[in-house]
Amino acid sequence: MTTWFIRRLIQAVFVMLAMTVIVFVGVFGIGDPIEILISPEADQAERLRAIMALGLDKPLWEQYLVFLHGVMHGDLGRSFVFNEPSLRLIAQRMPATLELAITAVLLSVVVGIPLGLYAGLYPDAASSRAIMAGSILGFSLPTFWVGLMFIMVFAVQLGWLPSTGRGETASLFGVQWSFLTVDGLRHMILPALNLSLFNISLVLRLTRSGVRETVLMDYVKFARAKGLSPRRVIFVHVLKNIMIPVVTVVGLQFGSTIAFSVVTESVFAWPGMGKLIIDSINVLDRPVIVAYLMMVVLLFIGANLVVDILYTVLDPRVRLEGR
Amino acid sequence: MNFSTLPAQAAAPALEVRDLRTHFFMRAGVVRAVDGVSFAVAPGQVLGLVGESGSGKSVTGFSVIGLVDPPGRITSGAVLFRGHDLTKLSESEMRALRGNRIAMIFQDPMMTLNPVLRIDTQMTETVHAHVKVSNAEARARARDALGLVGIPSPEERLSSYPHQFSGGMRQRVAIAIALLHRPDVIIADEPTTALDVTIQAQILFEVQKLCATQGTALIWITHDLSVVAGLADDIAVMYAGRIVETGPVSAVLDTPLHPYTHGLIGSVPSRNKRGTRLRQIPGMTPSLLNLEPGCAFRARCVRATEACMVEPELATLMPGRALRCFHPQNEVAA
Amino acid sequence: MSAVLDRERVETPFRRFVSQFSESKLALLGLAVMVLIILAAIFASWITPQNPYDLAQLDIMDGRLPPGSVSGGGFTHLLGTDDQGRDMYSGILYGLRISLIVGVGSAIMAGAIGSSLGLLSAYVGGRADSAIMRVVDLQLSFPAILVALIILAFLGKGVLNVVLALVIVEWAYYARPVRGTALVERRREYIEAAECLALSRSRILFRHLLPNCLPPLIVIGTQQVARAIALEATLSFLGLGVPITEPSLGLLIANGYQYMLSGKYWISFYPGIALLVTIVAINLVGDQLRDVLNPRLQR
Repeated sequence: MTTWFIRRLIQAVFVMLAMTVIVFVGVFGIGDPIEILISPEADQAERLRAIMALGLDKPLWEQYLVFLHGVMHGDLGRSFVFNEPSLRLIAQRMPATLELAITAVLLSVVVGIPLGLYAGLYPDAASSRAIMAGSILGFSLPTFWVGLMFIMVFAVQLGWLPSTGRGETASLFGVQWSFLTVDGLRHMILPALNLSLFNISLVLRLTRSGVRETVLMDYVKFARAKGLSPRRVIFVHVLKNIMIPVVTVVGLQFGSTIAFSVVTESVFAWPGMGKLIIDSINVLDRPVIVAYLMMVVLLFIGANLVVDILYTVLDPRVRLEGR
Repeated sequence: MNFSTLPAQAAAPALEVRDLRTHFFMRAGVVRAVDGVSFAVAPGQVLGLVGESGSGKSVTGFSVIGLVDPPGRITSGAVLFRGHDLTKLSESEMRALRGNRIAMIFQDPMMTLNPVLRIDTQMTETVHAHVKVSNAEARARARDALGLVGIPSPEERLSSYPHQFSGGMRQRVAIAIALLHRPDVIIADEPTTALDVTIQAQILFEVQKLCATQGTALIWITHDLSVVAGLADDIAVMYAGRIVETGPVSAVLDTPLHPYTHGLIGSVPSRNKRGTRLRQIPGMTPSLLNLEPGCAFRARCVRATEACMVEPELATLMPGRALRCFHPQNEVAA
Repeated sequence: MSAVLDRERVETPFRRFVSQFSESKLALLGLAVMVLIILAAIFASWITPQNPYDLAQLDIMDGRLPPGSVSGGGFTHLLGTDDQGRDMYSGILYGLRISLIVGVGSAIMAGAIGSSLGLLSAYVGGRADSAIMRVVDLQLSFPAILVALIILAFLGKGVLNVVLALVIVEWAYYARPVRGTALVERRREYIEAAECLALSRSRILFRHLLPNCLPPLIVIGTQQVARAIALEATLSFLGLGVPITEPSLGLLIANGYQYMLSGKYWISFYPGIALLVTIVAINLVGDQLRDVLNPRLQR
């Protein structure tokens, strides 16, 4: 078990390294690094100094090592716009994004699984058909447009919820979180719901097809032949079997959700990493882009690792075979 | 009509099925999976329900225990057990009986046990479903049941998962589960078909022993005549959803009355001489969707006549012997 | 139950496919809507009163008019105008054109690349196979929007860059399933026969193997088109896609963002509906295609 874990860890490190190469090539290889890393407003003398300081006159492979060194020490350059270390900027924004992403994933499980269960057990009911039709809408609808509609309906027309921005925050473990305040929650509802729609549909459909497949299995019929209550048959025998693929997908979706929060944050002007990156791309604040990419990949790899571990916990066949 | 197929001196039957019909209502038409099944089995006795694939024998088993799912349902007939007609009971009443007084063993041991639940969970839940006992007590019962079916070191085995067992062991676990509440009737749906021959023999022997000692009535569904020959006390032959012949095993196998039974026995390889062509029953199993009127075996029967355009009734020739045919193969031995 | 159903009529595979597909009324509706949309996009210049990309035709004084108002040019703005004075109805149809071209174009290109690699991978096997598949897995494990963002961040905006980004995002979705089907087909006798006849590798690949790997390809292709259209719209909305002068649906919606709070909903609403209907229609068709062409649900 531990050998497997170490192996996965090494794999993760490799992916991070690959990412640094890609980012390095993107910044230093394509396009003019001088333009990218030095503020466009610098004059000739400043440029020369910056070139020397950044080591842009050295050979490429040496520059890569310098870059890598910087990465490992958390030095990913300074933002042109904010004139702060880009990593710090990203780290400041991370709680906001995490809040949204985690809420969205939680919603997808809490809403998606029960609905999918119902739709799978009673596939011919009118309500099931409605749920399935809704799920098609859920992953066809372009997220950004739905967000706009949310704002229009709930904030402008009905005035129930605030339209943009993050609410008040409270501190937990030294970090500011908005879900700890009522005002924060009010601000969080629409963006979290918006972000979760796609995930809900995904989980719903997955659960439904899993239920339909599992219910036909011999072991379910055998469970009924033993005289077990329908509740036990569904919630223990059926559910436990579908949890495995569902949890896997949900975990993998976490990374996607974080990436996709870019859109939701733009629509709702939510001050997270996503909004920062869009603004930075538009303004060509490359150090921030680099920092964002590295951070997201890290989160992503972390999520994948957690999913792998969860998988071995949930599926006894995998666990006991050893890795 | 007297459907009693048991010898008069036998005890009252543990389970009696009378003219059971189970139909499936599909878009293409009505599939008459079970269309006139009658048999009875006494406590401690083994009834072999024999038929080819597609003859409706599994559906018969499911009908008795009440697990026929839509689009199928029992359309007529009765299943008499302990003074009740099971076809008329509510779902919760049936649930109280399933796994408790009537148990079932399925065909494929690989698929019968839930792969993500431990063995002890799957056994203790069966105990808890019918009696209120402590967890420790339920576990003890499970352990005893495992011991009963010959599984070594049952305590360790309880904490394992199904995939850690071989096919034969899993089937034993399934049998152990069936025995947990000392049921009156066990329906075994081809439980050894998926296992290899040596395991098959072992399991047959043990099941037979258990049923004899506990007085459990056993309905053993199979397509394999040789299994029935060694195991059963009585045999009921099914064809196209109907019972065509019943009787004590030795009597039916020695002097089969129905031409189908005769053909079945004749086609067993050990009955054929080396070097001669294997005897077969000509023709094919009819589609249960488009059954012709009259005797279902008519198209393949050398003895068929005009009279066979009408479906014969399952007639009792003498206590313990019934036949659905106008032209029996042999004379009934007295 | 051995229910043997005799069917007297002769059924060609195509006819069977059509009748199975038609079992879903919803999918047929989706197909009809798709055809309608494609026709509308093709004939956009004939059925719209204005060319929204021709800046000369736009009058900013006509901007932000609600639906139903009459323009300076004398025609009715069925769906209102945006802030530039563009007739929304025309903008939507022209925008649909761009969305469809980008979506279908990128799906086809990605499909060509992805399935070629998948086929090659399956046919050649060995280390080339594992290498290619590892790249595919790496690619698939990254969220599409992230990859597109990276590419556009480094290359800049523009239609061609968007198409490039979409192709790079999408090709991997084809590679794996095509490889899977190809691996199964590869073992079949007709490939063996072709090899015995010493036909060239590329001929075997493209004339023999590929046609039999088409079913999953068609299903994936349909889903990918929907996904590409949605992704392009999202990217354009974020300002990273097509240029402002030739807006696609995403950009139209973005234009309307700022006016939502003042109640001028039509600038964002109608393009969104158009986008929604297109994607849903494609998904409905794709869903039914997947059910019909699924080998595991043998009819």
